Amino acid sequence: MQIYLPIAEMSVNVFLILGLGGGVGLMSGLFGVGGGFLMTPLLIFLGIPPAVAVGTEAAQIVASSVSGVLAHWRRGNVDIKMGLILTLGGFIGSFGGVELFKWLRGLGQVDLVIALCYVIFLGVVGGLMFIESIQSLVQSRRMTESGMPRKKLHQHTWIHGLPFKVRFRRSKLYISAVLPIGLGLLVGVLAAIMGVGGGFIMVPAMIYLLGMPTSVVVGTSLFQIIFVTANSTFLHATRNFTVDVVLALLLLLGGVIGAQIGAKMSVRLKGEQLRVLLALIVLLVCVKLGVDLVTTPTEMFTLGAGGKH
Amino acid sequence: MKPLFLALALVLATSLPAWAVEPLVADLSKHLVAITTGFAGTDVLLFGAVDGEGEVVVVVRGPPKAEIVRRKDRRVGIWINSGSATVESAPSFYRVASTRPLAEIAADSVLDRHQIGLNHLDLTVESQDSGATPVIYRDALVRLKQKKGLYGDTVQQIGFMSHRLFRTEIHFPANVPVGTYLVEVYLIQGGEVISAQTTPLVISKIGVGADVFDFAHQQAAAYGLIAIILAAAAGWLAAAAFKK
Repeated sequence: MQIYLPIAEMSVNVFLILGLGGGVGLMSGLFGVGGGFLMTPLLIFLGIPPAVAVGTEAAQIVASSVSGVLAHWRRGNVDIKMGLILTLGGFIGSFGGVELFKWLRGLGQVDLVIALCYVIFLGVVGGLMFIESIQSLVQSRRMTESGMPRKKLHQHTWIHGLPFKVRFRRSKLYISAVLPIGLGLLVGVLAAIMGVGGGFIMVPAMIYLLGMPTSVVVGTSLFQIIFVTANSTFLHATRNFTVDVVLALLLLLGGVIGAQIGAKMSVRLKGEQLRVLLALIVLLVCVKLGVDLVTTPTEMFTLGAGGKH
Repeated sequence: MKPLFLALALVLATSLPAWAVEPLVADLSKHLVAITTGFAGTDVLLFGAVDGEGEVVVVVRGPPKAEIVRRKDRRVGIWINSGSATVESAPSFYRVASTRPLAEIAADSVLDRHQIGLNHLDLTVESQDSGATPVIYRDALVRLKQKKGLYGDTVQQIGFMSHRLFRTEIHFPANVPVGTYLVEVYLIQGGEVISAQTTPLVISKIGVGADVFDFAHQQAAAYGLIAIILAAAAGWLAAAAFKK
């Protein structure tokens, strides 16, 4: 059954999109990640214009983050103060990101920048995750040690010398507000350009850079992602006209069901094994995009949106 | 389609005497193609009759648009868009059908004058790129349009019935641009166009999809807010539905 997407201006198979939403939803339920980093490249691969894929994915991430944050909220695993400060940075970042996106689109380089961002960030995050999860897999097999030797989180570095210190009770931290604002800003820019929530950068950064306790990290990350992606949805809709609600709703429908199945399946799998698997998927996407950039394309020419304005 | 065509042909045939002065009569099975939510491409039947000898050529043109063609080049190991050319006015859709191969019907000068056939299409390329000639850019534009199904790969065959009646089906793919199309029918005799007829065909978005598109462009802020509210509500509903 075909359905015509009003903003993408093309017709797609309903079941293909539902299946795509379901498949990526399954992943996100299984691994606890947003899935934007998989969905956006897959949509582009299906022939959805990259700008529409990014804009629409932002709307879909709003939905999946709202859905995900509620469970964490109930358990009190959201540091609202930290979340709001991250959001402040994220807002500035997504403004900048959408403007940058619009500018790059005019130059005809937006596809390249999206692909490069993906290759770099997926490569780094996937690589680190892979090494780390293999290490812990080996470690857990070698001995039943009582927990990993904790890194010194409160080692005093230049980071603690920054001004505007704020106390975050829920995270048990007393750090400069500049740090979360800067982090939020960076992830906001990336989220707007890449069509992702940015959880895969935000979560490790919160743990290793800010030193937040892991229990509040996922909830707080989801909390701020809602606002930042809502902002980039709004900006993409008003500045680039690239949010397709029909596509977003179809992806959502599949995604919700997939996420629930994934969450049930994840209970039966081991944490380390899951992380190795996720790292491999991330690296696979990274390699695919990287190879595409380097290999000689069969078609050297592309049509730009010259007649749109 | 077949019975419809026969009925139409019969009407044409019986009423021909009244049009005896007209060497060429043609019409479309519909003058409006509606892009609805379920739109997956469509065929429009063109039919007509000629009086006397001659070959029939049909040209379908979509509304003209400016296009940018970009060329990739290898820079520091990766392929980057590095050159571009603009085409001020290119038909957004272009398809030709003919009763005989174009080269056998008329001289290039005639085909050029009426822009019949991809090689005779007037596409002025303004290139800011020294790495490729305008001709290469022109070919690239045509090739890319063909890949999208917007330009015909070949000259389609028009079937004649009893030497007077002709018919051809024009295919419009799902990604067809909206606007007013011109369907031109030429009667060519001895290498010259002796009669021509132009019929407009409107391709337009109808229904919910069209409303969504208009709303998204005219009330972008409201549309953006609604998209966010919809998404948030859907997420909340999903969490509530699967709570236990």
